[in-house]
Amino acid sequence: MNRPYKILVVDDEPDLEPLMLQRMRRHIRRGKYTFVFARNGVEALERLNEQDNIDMVLSDINMPRMDGLTLLEQIPKVDPNIRSVIISAYGDMKNIRTAMNRGAFDFVTKPVDFKDLQITIERTLAHMQEWREALSYRDKLVSIQNELEVASRIQQSILPSEFPEDTRFQVYGNMEPARDVGGDFFDILDLDRGRLGLAIADVSDKGVPAALFMMSCRTLLRGVAIGLSDPGPVLSEVNQLLHEDNETFLFVTVLYAVYDPGTGEFTYASGGHDAPLLLRADGSATLLTLTDGIALGVVPDLEYRQNTIVLEPGDTIVLYTDGVTEAQNTLGESFEVGGLNGIFAGSLSAVNAREGTDSVFRTVRDFMGEAAQFDDITCLTLHRPK
Amino acid sequence: MDITSQRSDGALIVSVEGRVDGANARKFQKAVENVIGDGDGAVVLDMEDLSYISSAGLRSILLIAKGLQKRNSKFAVCSLQGPIREVFRIVGFDKIVSIYDSTGEAVDALGD
Repeated sequence: MNRPYKILVVDDEPDLEPLMLQRMRRHIRRGKYTFVFARNGVEALERLNEQDNIDMVLSDINMPRMDGLTLLEQIPKVDPNIRSVIISAYGDMKNIRTAMNRGAFDFVTKPVDFKDLQITIERTLAHMQEWREALSYRDKLVSIQNELEVASRIQQSILPSEFPEDTRFQVYGNMEPARDVGGDFFDILDLDRGRLGLAIADVSDKGVPAALFMMSCRTLLRGVAIGLSDPGPVLSEVNQLLHEDNETFLFVTVLYAVYDPGTGEFTYASGGHDAPLLLRADGSATLLTLTDGIALGVVPDLEYRQNTIVLEPGDTIVLYTDGVTEAQNTLGESFEVGGLNGIFAGSLSAVNAREGTDSVFRTVRDFMGEAAQFDDITCLTLHRPK
Repeated sequence: MDITSQRSDGALIVSVEGRVDGANARKFQKAVENVIGDGDGAVVLDMEDLSYISSAGLRSILLIAKGLQKRNSKFAVCSLQGPIREVFRIVGFDKIVSIYDSTGEAVDALGD
């Protein structure tokens, strides 16, 4: 702290003021302390209200108009961070105890030993300094907390809350954020000719910048997908737009697919994202072949390949983020793709989109048990009814 | 996450051990950048003892690589274990960053 500490001295004896100034003159000259004086509790409160930066109060107990013990109760209402030291009669334990109960930091006794007073003042100010530092750390923590809340709200706000229904398809998704907010999202788009656009994505960081990057990714994807019908070119275009002024080096892995309910054709392209799981009506489960695309936003001028498979009646496709496969249990083991396969193995006849997504969340949660969730968990399921 | 470093044939080998995830990715990046300091030689990031890396960790590697590129320093990673190699492959980083099987191969390649 550069400015001198400001100490308010409250005593009805007029002698104290010149004595204090004389005994503390070296500290005053060096710019360590400045003093303000008041003759009773009422005047002291006036000083406290008039002047900023009073760091500590040194007060007598017995004074006219308002005594020191009453003043002690009033000080926190002006500023809870001011520390008070009481001057009491020697051996007056009753008043000293009352003062301590009312929040006095310390006491000195009369007649005042200025060397002892000096030590007490130093100790009080050092304590206050630590207290202020602790407060500023707390404020920083609160602001980090606020930032994470903002990011979390952005993330929640871009997720679809309604899921289109059709006799020819069902789709259902969910996202469960990690405590510190990851960067997952999914999206469902109405495209021309009754086709459906499905996207699932994972941004490479957390916090507000990542959430804003997520927003622009989702907006760009929506905009580009309406104009282009194939997933590969959509990812190429979004990659280019994201890369253009990406100073942050954030990137996003995206699996984007277009589903045609008329033909059952499911065309997908991956930008660095995990392979979707295909569950056939006969109970078999396979990962779709990846199209080897790089995560979006990092390298310009990329072409993204795409693949097409056909969903037969009764088939299901599960899109997910690595929060599912990398979920850990208390032993530090990961859920892995094997765990995902296990959910659906052999028990397929009853799967619909909502049950598919819900059972992924249920099983992953059971697997994790008491273990902490490190990353967002997201799953989007598409089902072609029989 | 722990970081150690050594010099070999003019290259700086930085070995990372443990997990790099969202919680410590920035710390990891700063630590590696500190080790590199003002040097302008080649840098090899040895991942033999890296057990897990999240996308935030990959971004840190990207930022380290970009920083080195600006000073015309060569950069490579090496000794990726199975799951780490898989993450690099899925995200497509095997096409962005040079990957070698061992520190020896990496140092030889960067020395050329």
